[in-house]
Amino acid sequence: MSVLSTVADYFPLLPKPRPKFVTETGKRVFGMIAIFDETPKVYHAAEKVRDAGYTKWDVNSPFPIHGMEEAMGVRKTILPYIVFGAGLGGAIVVGGGMQWWMTWIDYPIIVQGKPYEAWEPFIPIIFEMGVLHAAFAALIGMLALNGLPRFSHPLFSSAGFLKTSDDRFVIGIEAEDKNFDPDATKKLLEDIGGKDIELIEEDA
Amino acid sequence: MSSIHPDQLTAERLAGLRDGAVVPGRDVDTGLGDGSLVEDPAVENPLVLGKRSLGDVTNIVCGYAENPAPLWWWLAFLAVSPIAGIGTLLILYLIVTGIGTWGLNNQVDWAWDITNFVFWIGIGHAGTLISAILCLLKQKWRTAVNRSAEAMTIFAVICAGIFPGIHVGRVWFAWFLFPIPNYNYIWPNFRSPLLWDVFAVSTYATVSTLFWFMGMIPDLATLRDRADARLRAGVSKPFAIALPGNKALVFPFLKPDVIRAYVYGAASLGWRFSSRHWHRYEAAYLILAGISTPLVLSVHSIVSFDFATSILPGWHTTIFPPYFVAGAIFGGFAMVLFLLIPLREILPNFKDLLTLRHLENMAKILLLTGMMVGFAYGMEFFIAWYGGNAFEWEVFINNRAHPGKAPYWWAYWAMISCNVISPQVFWFRAMRQSPLVIWIVALFVTIGMWFERFVIIVTSLHRAFLPGEWHMFFPTWVDIGIFVGSIGIFLTLFLLFVKFLPVFAMAELKAVMPQGDPHGHDDHSGDHSDGKEGH
Repeated sequence: MSVLSTVADYFPLLPKPRPKFVTETGKRVFGMIAIFDETPKVYHAAEKVRDAGYTKWDVNSPFPIHGMEEAMGVRKTILPYIVFGAGLGGAIVVGGGMQWWMTWIDYPIIVQGKPYEAWEPFIPIIFEMGVLHAAFAALIGMLALNGLPRFSHPLFSSAGFLKTSDDRFVIGIEAEDKNFDPDATKKLLEDIGGKDIELIEEDA
Repeated sequence: MSSIHPDQLTAERLAGLRDGAVVPGRDVDTGLGDGSLVEDPAVENPLVLGKRSLGDVTNIVCGYAENPAPLWWWLAFLAVSPIAGIGTLLILYLIVTGIGTWGLNNQVDWAWDITNFVFWIGIGHAGTLISAILCLLKQKWRTAVNRSAEAMTIFAVICAGIFPGIHVGRVWFAWFLFPIPNYNYIWPNFRSPLLWDVFAVSTYATVSTLFWFMGMIPDLATLRDRADARLRAGVSKPFAIALPGNKALVFPFLKPDVIRAYVYGAASLGWRFSSRHWHRYEAAYLILAGISTPLVLSVHSIVSFDFATSILPGWHTTIFPPYFVAGAIFGGFAMVLFLLIPLREILPNFKDLLTLRHLENMAKILLLTGMMVGFAYGMEFFIAWYGGNAFEWEVFINNRAHPGKAPYWWAYWAMISCNVISPQVFWFRAMRQSPLVIWIVALFVTIGMWFERFVIIVTSLHRAFLPGEWHMFFPTWVDIGIFVGSIGIFLTLFLLFVKFLPVFAMAELKAVMPQGDPHGHDDHSGDHSDGKEGH
């Protein structure tokens, strides 16, 4: 479902599913955030949110926290397989195929008396093409799996959230989560030590 | 003080632009330099000095990009950007006139152009080494230098890319280098190392740029958020130039924070510091480090194939690929140190983030790679003698080394003294820990590495097998101007980087600080050592 909602973000004219929660002014509720000010605190708080059974939630931190994917229960990313496929494909199809077709099929020329099918001189370019495609796959794949670029996000409406790029940590639980309940979630965030708890609305 | 955002106030105070006590007391030990030189192996040396908090790191690094450009920056910029401009005009002159304006002749058909190409591309390799190989080796100290070294890599590769492009003479045919369908129905020769070079260097430039950009996404997002916070708080100020007498020339319609919010905002792609994103980001970073490592080794190996696969005495040796790679790392680290040591003195609080320990580590790498290069010089000589190839021996003695016979003996011995002898001072701890000594050696090494490429290229070419073909190479003013111009282009780009982009990898730096440890930073010995390796 997260794929569909990510796609929907890019097409704002498409109808969205009915919101689970709306504010008094009729705005869709995105979720609830709490702010933490120390790495160990947010780390242990994340373990408790995971154990409370939430699935649609996130920890925002100014730097990658060592071991946070386990504290949050995030599955390992499939990115390495994408990169491996792209690298291998780039090497064989683009690197190997291009050289082989151009020097053997399309316009064979004898160079230095070497046989057309000699593959040894093709190795450097096969390698370089593999690296090039793997690098693009790593960057673009990472961004695509993350749903980026996405310039507008409900979280950015919170002034407190902006401090996550400096030295604050935010745990945000989305209203789409099946366990989300305005009162219970607020209590959980308070119990695990979160401060400045804030309800985030979506525009329109 | 309601007219200024608290973060901006802190950043300006940290930079010394505004009064106010925010600089915490420094915890400098006596007799140990700046406090990062503890020799006890049980003590982990601090990577960030001065009891800095996470917020201090943000304010220090963002302050370089947000505070008004200091006077030294303007003076340096006004000094080097005209050089870059003149260099560019000379390239134009070369293109419209022809490469006869260089000092090339029938014998020496590669000289300063390819020397400069190999020189610059080699300098780039240190950035990749720091960002990729040191990342794989889990060297945490790399976080202090990786961003600026990667920037230096890209600017050096830009300078390197100029020379092969213009040395072909008819630049408008440079697209023949690439396999593009054309009227002759003919393709490039994929069996030529020169074509491998085209692919290696363009791949290297692209991958380095991707790596640099990806590393910068979170830090650009920090700059975006700070500009955004100022705009929301209504404390953003228009651009103004300070005038004497406490006056200022204000441009009311030029709002830097609006430009920052859009430009940094677009470049940071909407990064919102999500841990789910960080997870994939770190995977991508590790993968890029893993593929950049063989890439950087392959690029300079392939550059060396340009020479080694020929049958010219002096070029035709199998030691070239490792020798070139070691030399590239050597020259690149020298350039990193050459640029960063002055910055460390000039930029406020730079010394807290780039400590003497970092400089010492890089001095040790200079010593190691200098010895490797020295070994390669010796081995070339040994093989020339042991291999019994008379022509090879003639190149080494009569073209390069013999002060009485070889016309380029001064270039050869300049190379030996700069590259092999000068780093030997780093056997002494006091020398490794002195920024001035490191800077001087780095300057020597940079000069020496240029001479190395000059020696390899010109001394091997200038005397062919028949004495009737012997010609010296003399550079013209265009040769000199384009080389100096490329230095100007490099320094101009680096100054722009220092002013407008995050000079340190803030996110990575915060992650290796004690405050970034999720298991608390008061109980290092207990928490980390007993069975928490799984994290």
